[in-house]
Amino acid sequence: MRSYDIVVIGGGPAGLAAAASARKEGIDSILILERDKELGGILNQCIHNGFGLHTFQEELTGPEYAGRFIDIVKELGIPYALHTMVMGISREKVVTAMNREEGMFQIQAGAVILAMGCRERSRGALNIPGYRPAGIFSAGTAQRLVNMEGCMPGREVVILGSGDIGLIMARRMTLEGAKVKVVAELMPYSGGLKRNIVQCLDDYGIPLKLCHTVVDIRGKERLQGITLAQVDEKGRPIPGTQEEYSCDTLLLSVGLIPENELSRDMGVEMDPVTSGPVVNESLETSIPGVFACGNVLHVHDLVDYVSQEAGRAGTNAAAFVRGELHKDSGRTIRIIATEGVRYTVPRYIDDARMERLLTVRFRVGAVFRDSYISVYYNDERVMHRKKRIMAPGEMEEVVLQKEKTASYPDLERITIKIEKE
Amino acid sequence: MYDICIIGAGVTGCAVARELSRYEAKVCVIEKCEDVCCGTSKANSAIVHAGFDAPEGSLMARMNVEGNRMMDRLARELDFPFRRNGSLVVCMNEEDLPGLQALYDRGMKNGVEGLRILSGEEAREMEPNLSDALAGALYAPSGGIVCPFGMTIALAENANVNGVEFQFDTEVVKIRKEEQYYGIETNRGLVESRYVVNAAGVYADVIHNMVSGRKIKITPRRGDYYLLDHSAGNHVTRTIFQLPTRLGKGVLVSPTVHGNLIVGPTAIDVEDREGTNTTREGMDELAVKAGMTVKNLPLGQVITSFAGLRAHEEGHEFIIGEAEDAKQFIDAAGIESPGLSSAPAIGVMVAKLLRERMGLWEKEGFIPERKGILNPAELGMEERNALIREKPAYGTIVCRCESVTEGELIDAIHRPVGARSLDGIKRRTRTGMGRCQAGFCSPRTMEILARELGMGMEEITKCGGSSAVVMGRTKESMGKGGQGL
Amino acid sequence: MEKKELVCIGCPMGCPVTVTMEGNEITDITGNTCPRGRTYAEKEVTNPTRIVTSTVRVAGGDRPFISVKTKEDIPKEKIFDCMQEINGITVKAPVKIGDVVLENAAGTGVPVIATKAAAVV
Repeated sequence: MRSYDIVVIGGGPAGLAAAASARKEGIDSILILERDKELGGILNQCIHNGFGLHTFQEELTGPEYAGRFIDIVKELGIPYALHTMVMGISREKVVTAMNREEGMFQIQAGAVILAMGCRERSRGALNIPGYRPAGIFSAGTAQRLVNMEGCMPGREVVILGSGDIGLIMARRMTLEGAKVKVVAELMPYSGGLKRNIVQCLDDYGIPLKLCHTVVDIRGKERLQGITLAQVDEKGRPIPGTQEEYSCDTLLLSVGLIPENELSRDMGVEMDPVTSGPVVNESLETSIPGVFACGNVLHVHDLVDYVSQEAGRAGTNAAAFVRGELHKDSGRTIRIIATEGVRYTVPRYIDDARMERLLTVRFRVGAVFRDSYISVYYNDERVMHRKKRIMAPGEMEEVVLQKEKTASYPDLERITIKIEKE
Repeated sequence: MYDICIIGAGVTGCAVARELSRYEAKVCVIEKCEDVCCGTSKANSAIVHAGFDAPEGSLMARMNVEGNRMMDRLARELDFPFRRNGSLVVCMNEEDLPGLQALYDRGMKNGVEGLRILSGEEAREMEPNLSDALAGALYAPSGGIVCPFGMTIALAENANVNGVEFQFDTEVVKIRKEEQYYGIETNRGLVESRYVVNAAGVYADVIHNMVSGRKIKITPRRGDYYLLDHSAGNHVTRTIFQLPTRLGKGVLVSPTVHGNLIVGPTAIDVEDREGTNTTREGMDELAVKAGMTVKNLPLGQVITSFAGLRAHEEGHEFIIGEAEDAKQFIDAAGIESPGLSSAPAIGVMVAKLLRERMGLWEKEGFIPERKGILNPAELGMEERNALIREKPAYGTIVCRCESVTEGELIDAIHRPVGARSLDGIKRRTRTGMGRCQAGFCSPRTMEILARELGMGMEEITKCGGSSAVVMGRTKESMGKGGQGL
Repeated sequence: MEKKELVCIGCPMGCPVTVTMEGNEITDITGNTCPRGRTYAEKEVTNPTRIVTSTVRVAGGDRPFISVKTKEDIPKEKIFDCMQEINGITVKAPVKIGDVVLENAAGTGVPVIATKAAAVV
């Protein structure tokens, strides 16, 4: 069996950054496995600009951002296999993969970095009643069709969900000559960036209807129309608020789900809130030597954060391979998300292994104005930071200091919550 | 001129076609949709009923029990997924227990084997997720589950290999009785046939009433369903029915042969014979009813919901036989549940009737067996690698949720009565049937269909007709300008 | 006197900003809660600009389309003119990221450049 020190599952932004940083840490034997025909992952179809402001201090398109990391990986001479699907990973880190040239083959990995990204929620998961005609696409599928295949999904479009991909596709379809009639959002706020609402909807006069959802789908072969209705605070349609729209296309931009079939099958502990693996301060899963980063871990808003996180996963995997990661061990401290905080990444920290400054990322469960992010060490509040606004669409973070953490001898749990004052 | 023309390529029409393909006769199947298995056969509970439901002495009861008995051999011969997982009819109230006994008695009279009445405790031991309030259950070990697409497609392919022709996108407009034969006018021209078999599902009354003065009426009865992810596929291992009470017929919860969990159906009479739209009310009803017998039902794992139409005949009985006032016109009408279970027996019954009526001879060289689409996941690694060396397309995964390879897609397209649309591919290979519901694979599937069939991407449909997946190309709508370099 | 209503895109607050104008002169900006809102509003009412991203056909390449963008932002009202020109372009492979595919988009003087490479097949 072939063996590599580190096998990276996925050649998107997370996998590329993880591989590059592991190589820079001196690990020679790395292999990236990518199922598509090229490296870069979903960025290849994200042709809009707005990527890389943090990483490169300039505004790039998705393919350009991916291109920078692909160039780095190529310059570092890191091998990668394209058109290669990983079929399974064992607890012993034997990776079973398949492609046309080699058939099914197995690789013994010293460490594994999970970087499979995420997928879109489908209509089925939403239970939208009505017919099941052609013309219903997830926004990302439509994006691939338009930007990679040069196909128009349709001409008269309604979009359900105001996630960023949906907003971006509203503009993209408009620029290609389609009429986008409305974007409906179930929640009382949009999950997308303000900039995208202004530049993708307002610029083109596309209305955004908050607290609205699709309650019926018409058309037996091709979509002919949908019915929107306003919803109450529990998300239930309010009778009498129905409005019919004729359209041949319905795009769904209703959320992303980390793609963790492989992680689940290999038995890593999962977080039901993020749908990603539970990780510690080193981004290591419940299986030692198996790391996770990027959207497979939790869905990020900015690719810059993905690259940053993946870089850390690569560094830690390298340390694991060198036998250094687990050399010291201290206390295992739980991080608890509560009162407005939906989850945190990581969920555990080992205070001996944590970096001097450890960034803990999280999301809030609702819109909070003029509220405080509070961090408690056991029952003592140690951090209290005011934010003018927090929304579920924007990832938040707190930075924990190793030194300070070490100065709490009885520390068992760190609690992060949102407080009004 | 055909000897026999079968109208409708659902499971009934295809079962009849397969049985008739044993004989020397020129047979065709005409179907208004673009593929086999596009109506009732594609959207149902996928259950092979044991046969205790239908009234004693009815044709329905006989066909059900016979069809059930034939299923093992048929599934083996034609290589489609079928499993006898057993079924339980559960009774929630002590006062309804006599109903359970009545069902048992009826089943015994219908010839169902192995029936047993269980206490609530015994049933819960078999199925820990049954409700705590259970009073008793009827256990039928001969109950089974089947892939309705797999079965229909297998029957059609085998019929086709044995000489039966299939014409799709062919809708019957009118049927004229000539001296010796029928002239069937369709949207694609005239089809002439000495005998006609009416297997038109929810349209069987329309077709029947074109030639017969003794009118029948079929009411489309809609059933909504939930399909749950593989992760919920083991919630129950047997098919769980609810004992029909004065409150209604209840809904079933069952594993499928592909490891999903199915919940349904509702029963709502509708006017529209294409009215396969789900409704909020229907789906809410399912959740409430299924929750009465099965606890902790993980409805958060729903990957899709759909609705199918049963061809409900007023007398709730199969109408199989030559129409009294229209000689050479054979009905297979009113085939609602347990139609899928009965199909093999209906095929034999109609074929026997025609054989005797027409004096048909068995043909030499009838091929009874058919091999399904090779599923490489069932091979060992060495065999699989040998396959990939020979046909590299088996090394490329197209549908990641269901692990379907490009090789399987190519096979599905080029085999007899092959796939021509996304749904055709889906029903044959499960591509797009998984948890992402084709988000990932549909552009790839379209490319493969376009390449293999020599079509443009714009011509690829979801399910034939006007169901084009995309509407033209980019760069087309705004005219040309600019000065390319 | 004219009032223009904007939504600031500087942060998730999305402050509704009202700009009062006397001809081309800004006389008042209200509604913003930080200086970024003011800067954004000034630019947005006097000279709104956008980067346009799209795709162009490729001839003889390893892919049928590549992605492109205007190298800098262009006046907002030129977006559709720019798209029309982009739609008429077919580039010949090979193309590198950064190659100019159109010198002067819709008379703005801004070039359209490739954001994806295409190799020759």
